[in-house]
Amino acid sequence: MFQLLATCAVFGTLPFWIKAVGLYPYLGVEVMIWVIYALGFNLLLGTAGLPSFGHGAYFGVGAYAFGLTQLNFSSNLGVCLGAAILAGAIAGGLVALFLSHRRGIYFALLTIAFGQIFWFVAIKWHSVTRGEDGLLNIKRPAFLADLDSLYYFCFALFVVVILFLWRLQSSPFGRVLAAIRQNETRARFVGYHVWAYKWLAFTLSALVAGLAGGLFSLAQQSAYPNVMSLHQSGLVVMMALIGGGLVSFWGPVLGVVLFFVARDLLGAYTETWLLWYGLLFMLVVLFKPEGLAGMLKRDVRSGAPA
Amino acid sequence: MFEAAHLHKRFGDHVVLEDVSMTFAEGRLTGIMGPNGAGKTTCFNLLTGRYAPDRGRVSFQGRDITGLPPRSIARLGISRSFQVMNLFDEYSALDNVLVATPEMRSRGFSMLGKFSGYSDVLERVGLGDKAHVRAKDLSYGDRRALEIGVALAARPRLLFLDEPTAGLGTEATARIAALIAGLKRSLTIVLIEHDMQFLFGLADHIYVMHWGQVIAEGSPDALRANPWVQRSNAFN
Repeated sequence: MFQLLATCAVFGTLPFWIKAVGLYPYLGVEVMIWVIYALGFNLLLGTAGLPSFGHGAYFGVGAYAFGLTQLNFSSNLGVCLGAAILAGAIAGGLVALFLSHRRGIYFALLTIAFGQIFWFVAIKWHSVTRGEDGLLNIKRPAFLADLDSLYYFCFALFVVVILFLWRLQSSPFGRVLAAIRQNETRARFVGYHVWAYKWLAFTLSALVAGLAGGLFSLAQQSAYPNVMSLHQSGLVVMMALIGGGLVSFWGPVLGVVLFFVARDLLGAYTETWLLWYGLLFMLVVLFKPEGLAGMLKRDVRSGAPA
Repeated sequence: MFEAAHLHKRFGDHVVLEDVSMTFAEGRLTGIMGPNGAGKTTCFNLLTGRYAPDRGRVSFQGRDITGLPPRSIARLGISRSFQVMNLFDEYSALDNVLVATPEMRSRGFSMLGKFSGYSDVLERVGLGDKAHVRAKDLSYGDRRALEIGVALAARPRLLFLDEPTAGLGTEATARIAALIAGLKRSLTIVLIEHDMQFLFGLADHIYVMHWGQVIAEGSPDALRANPWVQRSNAFN
């Protein structure tokens, strides 16, 4: 509860103090979009124990769906975002048909393979996706023209997603997913349809990624294949792990904030900041696999994550 | 109530079960005994859906359940415990039990509901005061009791217990024996065990397995006199 209030308080007031600490308001928009994405991702990794290494695909599908809908069908913001969410869910739901009877390394390898397919299509299907250039000239509606409105629009969705996912992890569905993570065999013998749970978890996670991708299109006013690359898919894994997604719901929030602050602060000093970030990632994985959240929390890996 | 007829199972070249037939009558405690590698656990795995038999038929209350997946068999009211501990390690004892209840199973897709409920199983298996201890922090004996508790939480009509006393000392074994004796009054139980003393004290009917076959069956008293059984490794 404390973390929920703290997160809402920090992001709710961010436009008022962000300049004072030497950063800029748009960073807040980026961070919130990535937090949505990373929390959705962590429903798989942290709660269900399913490592998805190609999650950028669904973020990208959402981004393209938003852009294509606006450029071809309707400029209505709700329709465009709805399309992003739906496209993410459909793409995830289809892929999950092939993933849900797998676990561990086989699951992970298949997510990479499917992620690469989406990325490849985005690059090669030039007539629709405009290839490597991506979709340009995506417009924000007039009421989101200024940065503050855009910020609070994203903030509203950010709060909705956080509340939903936070509630979800202590719901029967979330707790069964965590039980499957702990002991898939026993879950089967207790009578759970494990395949269906994995399928739904993956689809939901892709749905949330699709929303994040749609918001990304809206904020960046463009959609490009880079967000679907293996490299970008790896970033969300790193964020979730460094932040402590394995032990805490809030881990990905910390991980995303750390990443963007590192990018902007370290990036101001050196172009090789990713090298240092990568080293930090290795140190965390080697010595503190519970991540930032694990350092802050004494009772790690308890049955009821804080 | 439960019937297995002419089950065969092989893994590669290795024949694990050959023409095994068993009947578990309602309200009785049936024991399966035999030396290591006799096929007792494989037998359980066929009966509870982990593997499908190569040949043969399994039926429960007149219904053919051969080849059904574990979740479907579990939902019919057949529950099992495992020889190697199989718990939700990071969950508390209470959560282990709650997640296995039919109520939670039917609400499992609820995303906004509450994960809560009540079960008297922990009291029944003697873990009433350890409800909030994580499964992995329980002592070995308590984990054994919880293993049975999780199987009981589903409120089964038929309960399969796979070596519930494996690795336990005398005192802890007595505790499990008392627990099973208590369950016997209200449940149909099938029990794998190689501790003879333990089994003969509890069972109404016993199957003796050796080399993947049933070599003898009968009441404990009848088996005591059986020369086949006396000669088999089951008595070592």
